[in-house]
Amino acid sequence: MTNAVIAGYARSPFTLAKKGGLAKVRPDDLTADVVRALVARTGVKPEDIEDLLLGCAFPEGEQGLNLARLVALNADLPLSVSGATINRFCGSSMTAVHIAAGSILLGAGEAFIAAGVESMTRVPLGGFNPMPNPALNAKLPGAYLGMGDTAENVARRWDISRAAQEALAVRSHKLAKNAQERGHFNDEIVPIKTGNATIDQDGCIRGDTSLEGLAALKTAFDAEGSVTAGTSSPLTDGASAVLVTSESYAKEHGLVPLARIIAVAVAGCAPDVMGIGPVAATRKALKRAGLTIEQIDIVELNEAFAAQALACIADLGIREETLNIDGGAIALGHPLGATGARIVGKAASLLKREGARYALATQCIGGGQGIATILERI
Amino acid sequence: MSEIKKVAVIGSGVMGAGIAAQVANGGVPVLLLDIVPKDAQDSTDPVKRNAVAAGAVERLKKADPAAFMSERAAKLVSIGNIDDNLADIAGCDWIVEVVIERLDIKQALYHRIDAARKPGTPVSSNTSTIPLAHLVEGLPDGFKKDFLVTHFFNPPRYMRLLEIVEGAHTDPAQTAKVVRFCDYVLGKSIVDCKDSPGFIANRLGVYWMQTAVLEAIDGGLTVEEVDAIMGRPFGIPKTGVFGLIDLVGLDLMPHITASMSATLPKSDPFHATVREEALITKMIAEGYTGRKGKGGFYRLNRGAGGRKDKQAIDLATGEYRAVAKVDLPELADADKRPLKFLQSDTKAGRYAARVISRVLAYAANLVPEAADEITAIDDAMRLGYNWKLGPFQLIDKIGVEWLNAQLAAEGVPVPALVANAGTKTFYRIEDGKRQYLGRDGVYRDLVRPEGVIMLEDIKLVSKPVLKSSSASVWDIGDGVLCFEFTSKSNSLDQSIMNLLEKTIRTVKERYKALVIYNEGTNFSVGANIGVALFAANIAAWSEIETMISSGQAIYKQLKYAPFPVVSAPAGMALGGGCEILLHSDAIQAHAETYAGLVEVGVGLIPGWGGCKEMLNRWKTLGGLPNGPMPATVKVFEMISTAVVSKSAALAKEMLILRKDDGITMNRNRLLADAKAKALALVDGYQPPKPYEPINLPGAAGKAGLDSAVASFHKRKLATNYDVTVSGALAEILTGGAADPTDPVSEDDLLKLERRAFLRLIKTPETLARIEHILETGKPLRN
Repeated sequence: MTNAVIAGYARSPFTLAKKGGLAKVRPDDLTADVVRALVARTGVKPEDIEDLLLGCAFPEGEQGLNLARLVALNADLPLSVSGATINRFCGSSMTAVHIAAGSILLGAGEAFIAAGVESMTRVPLGGFNPMPNPALNAKLPGAYLGMGDTAENVARRWDISRAAQEALAVRSHKLAKNAQERGHFNDEIVPIKTGNATIDQDGCIRGDTSLEGLAALKTAFDAEGSVTAGTSSPLTDGASAVLVTSESYAKEHGLVPLARIIAVAVAGCAPDVMGIGPVAATRKALKRAGLTIEQIDIVELNEAFAAQALACIADLGIREETLNIDGGAIALGHPLGATGARIVGKAASLLKREGARYALATQCIGGGQGIATILERI
Repeated sequence: MSEIKKVAVIGSGVMGAGIAAQVANGGVPVLLLDIVPKDAQDSTDPVKRNAVAAGAVERLKKADPAAFMSERAAKLVSIGNIDDNLADIAGCDWIVEVVIERLDIKQALYHRIDAARKPGTPVSSNTSTIPLAHLVEGLPDGFKKDFLVTHFFNPPRYMRLLEIVEGAHTDPAQTAKVVRFCDYVLGKSIVDCKDSPGFIANRLGVYWMQTAVLEAIDGGLTVEEVDAIMGRPFGIPKTGVFGLIDLVGLDLMPHITASMSATLPKSDPFHATVREEALITKMIAEGYTGRKGKGGFYRLNRGAGGRKDKQAIDLATGEYRAVAKVDLPELADADKRPLKFLQSDTKAGRYAARVISRVLAYAANLVPEAADEITAIDDAMRLGYNWKLGPFQLIDKIGVEWLNAQLAAEGVPVPALVANAGTKTFYRIEDGKRQYLGRDGVYRDLVRPEGVIMLEDIKLVSKPVLKSSSASVWDIGDGVLCFEFTSKSNSLDQSIMNLLEKTIRTVKERYKALVIYNEGTNFSVGANIGVALFAANIAAWSEIETMISSGQAIYKQLKYAPFPVVSAPAGMALGGGCEILLHSDAIQAHAETYAGLVEVGVGLIPGWGGCKEMLNRWKTLGGLPNGPMPATVKVFEMISTAVVSKSAALAKEMLILRKDDGITMNRNRLLADAKAKALALVDGYQPPKPYEPINLPGAAGKAGLDSAVASFHKRKLATNYDVTVSGALAEILTGGAADPTDPVSEDDLLKLERRAFLRLIKTPETLARIEHILETGKPLRN
């Protein structure tokens, strides 16, 4: 039986929604640029690509129709390359990776692009027409609960202090700034042209974030709560993509595989504490891989909110030295549909850079879910 | 229309920047230049070299009250510096100099301007102290011909006065060109001044302030007493004297008095008002320069627990103490009977008599030295200092006999103008025309600038076509009627509604078009909620229901009437006053129009069709994404937070005004523009098409809006009762129980408005909000 491997990773810079450099870039154009660059950088033959699987959390407006197919066409991939748009909210593009891997194992293709995008500038969080089902809303208000509120719930139930959240936020910015200065993002970022400018740097990182500065912020969701804008991931524009191939295809075509996908999982949880989703998903995936958390050297845990990240760290027993070593979403940003492919691609490339063996990429998902991927260095 | 298509403003201080902003507000591109900062002299970086002008634009953007009427206006200002960009003034059609008040600097600049400008371009100075004759000394004749003084008042967006001074050589055609621009595009009222020190408003205004301050110190009056005396009784803004100096800046006063003292002849009574006061010198030295500094004669002192207490300075001891309530019984009805007050042998009466008599005498002495006629003096004080009456109107009100007697008693010579007037009043109405007394003792008609139509003039010569206790209807000629609210604050009541209905019938029968307009400070503050409260207190629910449903019906009649209806707001147009705009065919708004649906502030929702009209505007004109929610969300955000436009331009962005609705910069030209707009619609007029039923999101949308409100509540940005009121509003704007596939009609929406209104007005929380606002003028956050 063959294995599925991550054979390349690229992403756009991540910039602040509305204020950032990518605000005027259509999400389909943004994704096409990233996909084009990924194909060029990996050297995969475009005609060998079976399918473009594209995650997006609010696939409407400029992200609407079958965005994946439109991006394939827009990126000038051969007409033979198909496209499917996938929505599992924040887990969308990690799901794209899982579908690609599953397809390879099923013998349903050799090479896939698993991508993700979100312009939180151009399609608002919640979409243009948020119309919750009143009956379900009455029965289970958590189903539609705002993400900030779920973070407050996690902070309360897992007893995560505001100070602890702020410490994680400072850490995230510091590590991201450090990685940026050392050029650790250079090989993953695809410069994006917009108007007369070229955006080639992440825009959300604030290396000068301090505990004092964060402590002065007002709470963002609940006057009596503890979560602030500084301890939440910012609204972000960005796209990411990974190339998923069979291990044999990579070998035969001279690609440079970064890591093997050895286990995946999704798991549901209570919607009003969706941030704890990674715990169940990670436990399932570890079990499937026959590993324990102690054996994981690289963890990419999406920091949707510091509160939920800290609760997951505590419950899973994640060691700090393994966690988001180039910074997490609080600093880098969280373009919903794009984050899954980013953290899988990042985990795979960190395995290579750090010479480590196992990596975990996991994230929480609105509505009450978690998703996890375990990788092994090749 | 205007020959001036681009303006250069040189000098980006408070006044220069403010003038540039107003030019931009008028829709005209403006180049704002200032010096290169000292530390950037050697730099080649334009960002550094333009830093002074750039900083000024940033300050303008943050100014409060706002200097720009919209973000779009702000984009019309381009910046530069006089070393690198002076050549660009060749592309400008009017150049305004607003640099520091130093003759040598100004003259040097004029030589450079003269070399750079397109020949024949008018150049003006905003000097407030230097005579024009000195400014142009040594400049070429060609420059003198094109040069005049345009003296704006601070802040240029809000102060309507513009003093114009021509020099001996100024070409009247150039003055006319600049005046036309300042009138139509900048909205200014022009007062012609002679080239005399301080021109009119500041010369008299400063004389008044100085006199009032010195008399107060000598007479032992308190700061609060002076401001109470020098305010309401004489139709002067309640800032009075000390409050006004705080606003102007204490430190500025010595500069102004010094420059006036230097240029006024020795015989001028102005000199007697200039005296250094140790207390004021000390205040300035310590930074108590007024509102811009640490405080002035008044200050806000942060007391225990961060509470701000208003304090006033004791003029005798120089110590601050809590502001005291003024206890002067003689002030009780002083504004109604100023003569009785001035004659009262009381502390306040004696003080007022000394100050007012001198100020009125000084005003009379300014003719003909500073102005040819009394009207210029009165206009200047009304427009520049916001006095309700100019000095000569005040003399008419008080009586010239008193003035003569008072001056005689004090040994002050009676000015020739006053003596010559004898027993004649300075103004009169003759054959339906306002007239003023000329210097030669002959009455002359007051002439409005060309094209201006004022309702107050029409009212002098005609009787209303229709009239009720709260409104009048006037024939403004050419088949157009003007509906004028006359109630307190122009609030809307049943009597207005009834008259409006009658007016619609009358126009249908005998006229061509209707303009809704008045000359109050505010177009309308909305429905008379006092009446609603009274009805609610006696549980007269059917009366309230009638009030709502008849209002809806009459606004609907107005909207579909077979003739054009143009509303012409200025100032506030709130609640029901805004809803009448929404039901008009067109709006011609004064630039300073503050419109919005603010009903939630009193625990209600717009019930006279405001919800349905705003929904329709955003649905059809909003350029929003498809689907049932976007228009609902937009309108919900606006009404649930009671957004009021801070200008007509912003009302356009809110879609209260539509694309083709007009904005008039000059308040005095509003009625003429509205009438012209109405007449333009007469030929081939078709009433608006019936309201196209709209698809709204129904219960799903309401669930969405409710959860958004819940999150605001959680953040303590919405109160408990805000949640209830927002819920009622959400129900209307989502179409009630309608399924998203079933379009909602105009009448369905009106029914939803009525239902929500009646539900809310029956709650104690809404009644508490209404009572609170009636009592305190402030919203209750329950």
